Amino acid sequence: MPRKTVYRAEVEYFQILDEEGRLDTELAADTLSDGDVKALYEQMIVCREFDEQAFKLQRSGRMGTFPQNKGQEAMALGAARALRKGVDHIVPYYRENPAMFLHGLPMHYVLLHWMGDERGNAIPRNVEMNALCLAIGTQTLHAAGIAWAYKLRKEDRVVLCFFGDGSTSTGDFHEAMNFAATLKLPVIFCCINNGWAISVPCAKQTASETFAQKALAYGMPTVQVDGNDIFAMYKATREAWDRARAGGGPSFIEALTYRLGDHTTADDARRYRPAAELEAAVLRDPLPRTRKYLESRGLWDESQETKAQEKAKVLVHEVVQAALNIPKPSTDDIFDFVFEQIPESLAQQKKTMRTDSIGEDPTQIGLKPPTEPGMTEKPKAVSH
Amino acid sequence: MPKLDLVGAINLALAQEMERDERIVLLGEDIGLNGGVFRVTDGLQKRFGCERVVDSPLSESGIIGTSIGLAMAGMRPVPEIQFEGFLGPAYDQLVNQAARCRSRTRGAFTCPMTVRVPIGGGIHAPELHSDSPEAVYAHTPGLKVVMPSRPYDAKGLLLSALRDPDPVIFFEPKRVYRSLKEEVPEEEYTIPIGKAQVVSEGTDLTLIAWGAMVSECLEAIDRLPEEVSIELIDLRTIYPMDVETIVNSVLKTGRAVVVHEAPRTSGFGAEVSSLIQEDCFLSLEAPVQRVTGFDTPMPYYKLEKAYLPDADRIVAGVRDCLAY
Repeated sequence: MPRKTVYRAEVEYFQILDEEGRLDTELAADTLSDGDVKALYEQMIVCREFDEQAFKLQRSGRMGTFPQNKGQEAMALGAARALRKGVDHIVPYYRENPAMFLHGLPMHYVLLHWMGDERGNAIPRNVEMNALCLAIGTQTLHAAGIAWAYKLRKEDRVVLCFFGDGSTSTGDFHEAMNFAATLKLPVIFCCINNGWAISVPCAKQTASETFAQKALAYGMPTVQVDGNDIFAMYKATREAWDRARAGGGPSFIEALTYRLGDHTTADDARRYRPAAELEAAVLRDPLPRTRKYLESRGLWDESQETKAQEKAKVLVHEVVQAALNIPKPSTDDIFDFVFEQIPESLAQQKKTMRTDSIGEDPTQIGLKPPTEPGMTEKPKAVSH
Repeated sequence: MPKLDLVGAINLALAQEMERDERIVLLGEDIGLNGGVFRVTDGLQKRFGCERVVDSPLSESGIIGTSIGLAMAGMRPVPEIQFEGFLGPAYDQLVNQAARCRSRTRGAFTCPMTVRVPIGGGIHAPELHSDSPEAVYAHTPGLKVVMPSRPYDAKGLLLSALRDPDPVIFFEPKRVYRSLKEEVPEEEYTIPIGKAQVVSEGTDLTLIAWGAMVSECLEAIDRLPEEVSIELIDLRTIYPMDVETIVNSVLKTGRAVVVHEAPRTSGFGAEVSSLIQEDCFLSLEAPVQRVTGFDTPMPYYKLEKAYLPDADRIVAGVRDCLAY
């Protein structure tokens, strides 16, 4: 019997705004308005300034390790702009500050997180997103679960999940893709291919030609786009969003972008990354590209640029001050959020800030005083 | 009042709570049409539909990870992990994600879910189907760990777990699934998490056990001479442990033996023993004894009886402790 082909597939790629700021008007139809692009560009400037100031906070010892977002602004903003703020839900990893800010996260929260303060993860009630996620790939399953809840409750809401190219090597990523596809969940998997997972390049991460094609194995619609192109990111995400809302289940987007900074402030990319590669990537930086487009449309000029930069500096300065001026949390916070109701043994640790028990007597831990005569000789409690 | 085994009691609790709380969703491998490999969820898919009783992909991390998402978004997922030996792939999601969810977000997100897991040996199951890893999860801040020893308790404890605002691992001792029937009321009742039960009162020695070991302890008590008065405590909840019940008992008896299936080193018996030493030091007449599984991998079933503590070993431990 002849062999036959049982499966054939292709992966589409598109770009709408090229490196020179030239727009494919046909593809750009029904995407972003002039006003949208202008607002998003202003937001890019704010986020780049935030990134710069966060870097300085780390270098001056006022903040711990920080992962710069530089270079990935269009990716995060284009995707997030395709969703409804306060309705749809974002599940970030940790290099999507622009998306989180666009959907209403107070900016100092991100600084608090990297300043070692869990209150930076206490996402306000009306802000629809998860806290930053540091364990690579784990958040993809949470995204699927949240989308599942929406589907069960028949809520018209979509989840957008970000993760990096390195995440696609984790088991959780594949389990999430499979759950989402088999259960037809309203979730968009946005794979940020920024070239590197710390020091490991894509070529060592996967033998696939693209990350986008991984979705095919799960029966999921997929596309690869220029992730530094705000129009392409918006369009790809919007199409996925439409599909999810129509009951078509999950979609996959591979966003080709580049991490212009080091992995984090604790990293030095010069140890592993060819200088020429970075130089080439700088030419594809989404900020100059978007600016060129706005200028070509007569929507932007040097004075607006200067004004926007100054405005961003003032805003980010306020954000930094807000984060720096928040008083240190109480040690009670260590204990108060482990469970809704604190177990007795934990309440004791909270009260005394000790775990040793010499000096405790049964009354101290809420027990009845001993009845046996010998027990009265037990050492009395020391005061803490 | 109907007499139910552990399987029936858990099934009843699940059904009643699903009736009461629409947010409850069951998910796991083979739990739907097949009713689970132990039939614990038998009939529930037929009754509550495929959307609420879900045959999930074979994907333990996926089951727990998506349950976290469901819980974060306001549902009450009840994932089943088919055997405790398959908790490994889900460990990261359970320990690093579910357990820390409330704490790391300072209460902005919570993770109310009940992870049902058959546990322990004694049923001639294959490799990785007979372990007792409760101490691992009791050592994880943010998780509650429950293990009933009998049908009546299982129903009351499971209702408490299903209503708990935090993640609970509900270990179901396989050996008890079909071995014991007792009256389990139809009407609703709960048994609080964190409360042990004094199964039998005594004055000479305190036996502390949980899960399938409670029955072994009862048998050991039967074999001991009548004049030996043993107080048996069924812990019921591993974490948070009911320190008060244990301490009050040992202050009275002055002697304690802890029994569990899990290996001895760093087993939960070590924690129980340590707390007794701290809180009952001046009342102790003998060192706290541990009668436990050995510090070896759980053997295949031809040798599992030799591995598991039985009434003989418990009697020996009790005698040594009394004679000290």
